Amino acid sequence: MDKIATIKKDFPIFARHPNLTYLDSAATSLKPLSVVNKIQEYYQEYSANIHRGIYQISEKATQEYEETRQVVTSFINAESEKEIVYTRSATEGLNLVATSLGSSIVGAGDEIVITIMEHHSNFVPWQQLAKKAQAKLKIIGVTPEGYLDLELDNIKYTNHISKIVNNKTKILAITYVSNVLGTINPIKEIIAQAKKINPKIIVVVDGAQAVPHMPVDVQDLGADFLVFSGHKMLGPTGIGILWGKQELFEKMPPYQYGGDMIKEVAIENTIYQDAPWKFEAGTPHIAGVIGLKEAIRYLQKIGMHKIHKREQKLLADALKRLQEEFGDNITVLGPQKSQDRAGVMAFRLADFHPHDIAQILDESHIAIRAGHHCAMPLHTYLKFSASARASFYIYNNDADIEKLITGLKKAEKTLTK
Amino acid sequence: MTIYQEIILDHYRSPRNFGILKKPSRQVAVANPLCGDKLEFTVKEEKGVVKKIAFQGEGCAISIAAASLTTEHALGKSKEKLQNLDKNLILKLLGINLSPNRVKCALLAWEGLKKVVSD
Ligand SMILES: Cc1ncc(COP(=O)(O)O)c(C=O)c1O
Repeated sequence: MDKIATIKKDFPIFARHPNLTYLDSAATSLKPLSVVNKIQEYYQEYSANIHRGIYQISEKATQEYEETRQVVTSFINAESEKEIVYTRSATEGLNLVATSLGSSIVGAGDEIVITIMEHHSNFVPWQQLAKKAQAKLKIIGVTPEGYLDLELDNIKYTNHISKIVNNKTKILAITYVSNVLGTINPIKEIIAQAKKINPKIIVVVDGAQAVPHMPVDVQDLGADFLVFSGHKMLGPTGIGILWGKQELFEKMPPYQYGGDMIKEVAIENTIYQDAPWKFEAGTPHIAGVIGLKEAIRYLQKIGMHKIHKREQKLLADALKRLQEEFGDNITVLGPQKSQDRAGVMAFRLADFHPHDIAQILDESHIAIRAGHHCAMPLHTYLKFSASARASFYIYNNDADIEKLITGLKKAEKTLTK
Repeated sequence: MTIYQEIILDHYRSPRNFGILKKPSRQVAVANPLCGDKLEFTVKEEKGVVKKIAFQGEGCAISIAAASLTTEHALGKSKEKLQNLDKNLILKLLGINLSPNRVKCALLAWEGLKKVVSD
C-alpha cells in the first residue's frame, strides 16, 4: 500500500486532535510516533552522557549519538561524518559560521552578499558582521514575480551576477527556498557562476526550508556550508545541522569553549578537538540528535523525491483552487508556476488583516501563520506589513486544501465591510 | 466562541471618530511593528476635557474596534481621568476574552489614548 495514503496515522497529534488541519509546517513540523518513541527510548533505556563514560549505557548513548552523523552524511551526500556539526538550530549554524569564519575572513572594504528574501536568521548575522568589520552588505532583490533579481548566464533578469559578486566578495549567504515566497532558488547555478567570478568566495546555503522537502546533495550543489533544523523535518526542536567542508572547518576557530571540545587543557593553553567536535562544546542535546536520526529514516522510507513531487502537486492544486474560489480577491505571493516553488504559500485575501484571517481559521481548527514570518525586510520590500501563510508537508492532502477554502470563505464573510 | 462578536464587527466595519482633526491640541502615532498595525490619534481639548478625538490607521479588526470604542469612551472625559485609564476597561468595552496574543492588538488604542491625553 502507498505509505503516504495512511500517513496521518503515524502522527499521534491527529489522534488527540482529529479535527486539526495543520498548515504551518514551515514554522515547525509535526512528529511521527517513531521519533517520539526514539526520544523516549534514550531517556528510558540509556540516558547517560556521551563520549566519556566507561560503562555500557554511556557507550550505547555515544554509539546512537554518533550514528546520526552517518545518517545525515548519506542524507545530504556529504563526503564524511567529519563535515557534520550538531547545532541547536539552523539559526545557530548561521551564527557559528558568521562568528567563527566570518570574523576571521571579512575585513574593512570587503563585501558580503545576501538576498532580500532571507529569514532574519540568515540576514541579521551578516548585517552585524558587516557592521563590525566595516564591510559592505549587498542585497540581491526579488522581481515582482518572486524570483531573485539576478541574471545568470542562462536566466535573464536585470542584474547580472557579475555586477554583484566580485573579488572583494568574501561571503555569499543565500536561502535555497524562501519561507515566504516559496521560491526554489537556482542555487547550483548561482554557486557555479559566483565561484567562476571569485573562486575564493564562501557560499553559505540556508537549507531550513529545502532539506525537509526535497533531495539535497551538498556535493552536487558545490556549496561550502549548509544549515538546517531538525524540527522542520519531523525531528525534535533544539537540534540542527551545520554541514561544512572539512578544510574550512579545520581552519576555523571554535565558536564556544568548554567541555567535550578539547583534547588537552593546561593552565596556559588548550588544544582543541578536531572538527566536528571542536564546535560542540558542552553536553549536547543527545535525545535530539538521536531523535533526528529517526526522523531522517522516516523521510528516507518515503523518499525525498516523492515527498517533493507530492508537495508540488498539492501546491498546484491549492493555487488552482484558491484562484477558482477567490479570483482577484486573493494574491498568492511568489512564483505562480508551482514547479518553481515549494509548498509554502503566503497570501493576502482582500484587504483583510492576516491576524483576523488566522484567528477565524483557528475557530475551525485550521492552523496557519500570520505576520511577517521572520522576513521583515522582504515584507517591507513588497510593501506589505504582513501576510497569511499556509504551508504543506507529507501529512497534508487535498481535503486540507478544501478545509482551508471553507475557512477562508467564512473569514471573507465575517470581515467584509 | 468567536471573538468576532457583533459589537466588534460593527466598530470594525464602521469605526466611530475615524479620521484626523484639523489643528489638534495633540497628535500621536503608535505602532505594533510585529503585526504592522499603526494608529494615529488627534485630540482637541478645552480646560482639560476631551472635546473632540479621532483616530485613523490600519490594523486588524480587534485593534480598529478597540480604537473606535476607546475614542467613544474618551469623549467628554477629563484628561486626568483618561491618563489613569485602566487597560482592563478597554478589554471590558470589547466584551470578549482575548488570548494573550491578541490582547496587544486591543491595547494599541489604549497606548495611543494615554499618549494623546498626556501633559
Ligand atoms: C528559511 C529559514 N531559515 C532559517 C530558519 C530558522 O530556523 P530555526 O528557527 O529553526 O533556527 C527558518 C525557520 O523559520 C527558515 O524558514
